[in-house]
Amino acid sequence: MGCISPQPTLDNKSFLEETVSVESSRMKAIGPNYKEFIPPEMVRRMGRIIKMGVAAAKTSLADAECQLPDAIITGTGLGCIEDTEKFLGNMIRNNEEFLTPTAFIQSTHNTVSAQIALLIKCHGYNFTYVHRGFSFETAILDSLMQIESGQAKSVLLGAADELTENSFQIQSRMGYWRQKPADNLKLFEHPTKGTVAGEGAAFFLLHEKKNSNTYAVLQDVEMLFRPDSPEEVISEIKLFLERNGLKESNIDLLVLGRNGDIRFDSIYDSVTETAFPGVPTCNFKHLCGEYMTASSFGVWMASRILKNQQIPDMLIIGKKPETLKHILLYNHYQGINHTLILLSQA
Amino acid sequence: MSKRIYITGIGMISAIGNNVPEILTSLEASKTGIGEITLFPTLHRGSLPMAEVKLSATQLLNLAGQNGSQQFTRTTLLGMVAAKEALKSAGIDAVDTWKTGLISATSVGGMDRTEHFYKEFLEDQSKGRLRDVINHDCGDSTERIAIELGINKLISTISTACSSSANTIIFGANLIRSGKAERVIAGGTDSVTKFTLNGFNTLMILDKRGCHPFDEHRAGLTLGEGAAYVVLESEEIVMKEGKQPLAELTGYGNANDAYHQTASSPDGTGPFLAMTKALKMSNLTPAEIDYINVHGTGTENNDLSEGIALERIFDPVPLFSSTKTYTGHTLGAAGAVEAVISILSIQNGMIFPNLQFSTPMKELNIRPVTEVLTGQNIRHVLSNSFGFGGNNSTLIISKPTYSS
Repeated sequence: MGCISPQPTLDNKSFLEETVSVESSRMKAIGPNYKEFIPPEMVRRMGRIIKMGVAAAKTSLADAECQLPDAIITGTGLGCIEDTEKFLGNMIRNNEEFLTPTAFIQSTHNTVSAQIALLIKCHGYNFTYVHRGFSFETAILDSLMQIESGQAKSVLLGAADELTENSFQIQSRMGYWRQKPADNLKLFEHPTKGTVAGEGAAFFLLHEKKNSNTYAVLQDVEMLFRPDSPEEVISEIKLFLERNGLKESNIDLLVLGRNGDIRFDSIYDSVTETAFPGVPTCNFKHLCGEYMTASSFGVWMASRILKNQQIPDMLIIGKKPETLKHILLYNHYQGINHTLILLSQA
Repeated sequence: MSKRIYITGIGMISAIGNNVPEILTSLEASKTGIGEITLFPTLHRGSLPMAEVKLSATQLLNLAGQNGSQQFTRTTLLGMVAAKEALKSAGIDAVDTWKTGLISATSVGGMDRTEHFYKEFLEDQSKGRLRDVINHDCGDSTERIAIELGINKLISTISTACSSSANTIIFGANLIRSGKAERVIAGGTDSVTKFTLNGFNTLMILDKRGCHPFDEHRAGLTLGEGAAYVVLESEEIVMKEGKQPLAELTGYGNANDAYHQTASSPDGTGPFLAMTKALKMSNLTPAEIDYINVHGTGTENNDLSEGIALERIFDPVPLFSSTKTYTGHTLGAAGAVEAVISILSIQNGMIFPNLQFSTPMKELNIRPVTEVLTGQNIRHVLSNSFGFGGNNSTLIISKPTYSS
């Protein structure tokens, strides 16, 4: 795995032993020295999302000791917005004159997966999904189908989204973010309107066979578009678990996409209280912030927990589970895109 | 991977017509949709041609059956028109009788509205109407089309530049083969915007005379707009409902050129791999392909790379043409636009020409079809779509062997 986030997460040897807190409604990803991952002449031109994506992807490949995956499948909600804004701004300011192509070229939504393919010379299947809170989940679905159908033995799966000053401002005007900046680590202590903005890139090397380094089994994914009620989500969870041969009582831990926004968090309470009474939970958006592919950070976290067979004290809410075999991740984006991801011990 | 995937419905809107019958009429008459820019003010009006859908925002709103109470981007409206036609053409009244998904593609999303927002926002960050930017992301158009069609399962969006909607058809077919869906409406939509016009212009790959693909004197592509969708259905639906499919999707493949972000490799590696994968899946030999609807943008680089890959696989290269000379390059919609045209070729026994062609390329021994050919028995069409980031996709669409 490889994860770049507002926390120091790129080093696969440690796991959230140090956490970063900021007094702001905006959390920025901590970038590594990108020259360790990308030729210097390319680093200069690359947008931040591309650098984050490539570095996270290369870290995950190195971690899995994989030179060349059979396929690269990624998700991004907004794509390369920094380059999009740059080209759009120049075009407007200069009245369509004196424009250069670099920002336009890089503004294309599939640039991250294309640049990874280019750098590792991967001629395989290469797809990019760009659908709000379904972007990463559709990439998971496609990856699982590629492996299950035998079209690929290994898939580099990932997600990336970047936050720019302008997109932060625009989404702030839309009421997405907290008006009064608060410590992100205390996000859930004072629920109010708005949440904290985040960004990041997380990559995973999936393989049809497990080995001694395997973190977890990515079992299944489900996407629910605008469910009518918590009851609908609960019944979909039941069906989802059933088709994987599980019941609610088999879930040892819930990883939830709570973001501290009173408009959106109540459904997590309804679902956990009704379907999973007594099951411990972990939140993750106080660490990575809210963005369209934030669930990829949740998958990274759940995978680490399954491999370590241990939940960091600062994360767990409720009683420590006796076993850690199955983790269910439930997330939703703006109440529109609800997603379920099932991970199991390898 | 033995399950058959049938195409039972098609819908399309582009510069050559607002629906499939109108489009067929233009194709038969060799009538191009490429002309002057009229939709928005730009420095390039008069010097660069474009293939526009000649409908104002209001006309398009009406055609999409909207009353104006909600604001939609041009990309969404184009998509709605074509997706509704596709469902109707497949004889589908209720989408929930089978597990139905919508996989849509777009490269610009709501950029046409964002451009308006951004102009004011740049001057003052508190300015610009938020309703002009809230539909910016690519997922917006898909969700609005899904709501319009009543689809609430398996909704997603693909953006892999100019191969985007070919890839929705690939993903849709995989969803059906895996049993995740029984029916998928797959395709794409893109409107012309100042952003894309200027973007391609900085790359100096827009032909001032309108594109003339596979011609020695080609000088670039011509942008177009439009939307196209196909209805993919499982063998089970077709058998149980006694449907007459329009075509069968017999093969597909996606590969990456991994050569350059925008340029194609000199030996056509990506195109070669995509076509080879698709042929292998279809169990067809190259000689069994009756017609190739090439990607054929008209850029110096694409046509050479694609042509070399064709010569590596086919001997001789079958009849081929680039129908972008009619529709312009509709970017995220292009793969589906050309899938629909390929189906029209199969249905009508016709091959639609590569307009504006005069001189064969000196590096290649092939020349495209330049007149409408009728009375052809077209059993298998290969359609190519290649995009930025070396994203290469091939679809093989065949005359259906099943009949009800």
